[in-house]
Amino acid sequence: MSDEDDIILSELDDEELVLQMMDDLYDGLKPEIEESVRILLDRGWEPYRVLTEPLVGGMTIVGKDFRDGILFVPEVLLAANAMKAGMAILKPLLVETGAPRMGSMVIGTVKGDIHDIGKNLVSMMMEGAGFEVIDLGINNAVENYLNAMEQHKPDILGMSALLTTTMPYMKVVIDTMIAQGIRDDYIVLVGGAPLNEEFGRAIGADAYCRDAAVAVETAKQFIARKHNQMAAG
Amino acid sequence: MSDALTRALATRDWLLADGATGTNLFNMGLMSGDAPEFWNETEPDKIRSLYRGAVEAGSDLFLTNSFGANASRLKLHDAGHRAYALSKLAAELGREIADASGREVIVAGSVGPTGEIMGAAGTLGHERAVEMFEETAKGLMDGGADVLWVETISSPEEYRAAAEAFGNIDAPWCGTMSFDTAGRTMMGVTSSDMVQMVESLPNPPIAFGANCGVGASDLLRTVLGFAAQGTDRPIIAKGNAGIPKYVDGHIHYDGTPDLMAEYAVLARDCGARIIGGCCGTMPVHLKAMRAALETRPKGPRPTLDQITAALGGFSSASDGTGADAGEGRERRSRRRRA
Repeated sequence: MSDEDDIILSELDDEELVLQMMDDLYDGLKPEIEESVRILLDRGWEPYRVLTEPLVGGMTIVGKDFRDGILFVPEVLLAANAMKAGMAILKPLLVETGAPRMGSMVIGTVKGDIHDIGKNLVSMMMEGAGFEVIDLGINNAVENYLNAMEQHKPDILGMSALLTTTMPYMKVVIDTMIAQGIRDDYIVLVGGAPLNEEFGRAIGADAYCRDAAVAVETAKQFIARKHNQMAAG
Repeated sequence: MSDALTRALATRDWLLADGATGTNLFNMGLMSGDAPEFWNETEPDKIRSLYRGAVEAGSDLFLTNSFGANASRLKLHDAGHRAYALSKLAAELGREIADASGREVIVAGSVGPTGEIMGAAGTLGHERAVEMFEETAKGLMDGGADVLWVETISSPEEYRAAAEAFGNIDAPWCGTMSFDTAGRTMMGVTSSDMVQMVESLPNPPIAFGANCGVGASDLLRTVLGFAAQGTDRPIIAKGNAGIPKYVDGHIHYDGTPDLMAEYAVLARDCGARIIGGCCGTMPVHLKAMRAALETRPKGPRPTLDQITAALGGFSSASDGTGADAGEGRERRSRRRRA
């Protein structure tokens, strides 16, 4: 345990510690992340800065390497778990200090589809990027999505399907949103192994996201666009 | 006493496996979200017709309709306790069709993934996984399967758990993984990793290989990766019939019978001995594959360029093996490991 070249986190200066946290996130070291978050808070860092610089910054690196085929699901899950542990410490403080929100997302696997590994990854990476995520789980009928949107007023609706037999259901949800006149109130992102961009366009989604890292990037872009439009309007 | 598959491999250079299960059943009216395994009980004629479709198209081997017949998957349809019964029915119907075919046709009991994550970040432990696989495996063997066939696996932990379960009941088996992420499985396993894992098992499979994944080209690159390891163990290639497209509210795979015939011949040239299709592969594709394998001679191992010229491009530049394997991130400091 106390290896000679073991790093004592509390002895690192702020800059070193942030870089170390990014490494520790990459390695999925949960206790180290928790310790480092507490150290930075003790040093008087704003909770929002702790969230954005080491944690969201570190998860961005994880996301890029996942996108580029350098990291795979097991490593990403461990990193996301470490991130979540850091977030758990920060969450109440962020609410208290009225920190800005990245945005929120309602996400779920569509009716008939019981696969959730991909969706869980997206949830975790989105949380890792600072989004608030309401995860509806698997096998969601159109009513589930509508109720959750009504209740939580998210910026984004995310739908996932792993089966070619269930992916058409995404269109059912979008068509229902159109019929109720609420389609344009939300950014609709879709994903899942058998999907592609063409499919996303064909069913009227705003974007297809190839993987969790792309989902985060796409969500950030759409949110930024939305804010710009609101500023312009 | 050897099993039917080992006997067939001893006398034949190649065997034609079957095509899609899901795509075929969907065409027969299976609704999105229904568990296909229930049809073993409620629509046995449709399952017979599924099996017969493959047999009549010339398959030497077909998989049973039991991909999701494990406690973890069936639980989501409130049928977690029915894994054994539904698996047994799937194999019984298969036995009936194989025996009525008038030739040697092998019934392979399909065992799909649990859908849960195993390993360090997962929720499913080894013992529980073995227990679930064993329940499905017993049902399939009691129903008359010749061999067990675990497929579409992503994690080495899950493959090993299935192997152990099959060993517990002393059943012959095969197993394929799905390489769908930059040439690797979702969990990061490369083709060479799989060969090493397979050879390290106390009860290695009769044959191993790849199924599903992205397109036919990617699948053959994976097969070349297996063969590069110099394994003597028969290799299985079960690729999708192209890429799914959404046409008029339905999913359509863009791989033509001609393309799948080309794929079958190339798969054999790459070193595969058990060749079939996966999603989107219908009897009409199987017929074309059979005809091509019978009429065209085995050729030299193709290059990657020859594969892409015949079947289309790869989904990723590298497959994680060999000299161009992806390098890890350069670290700024030494690792701090607890």
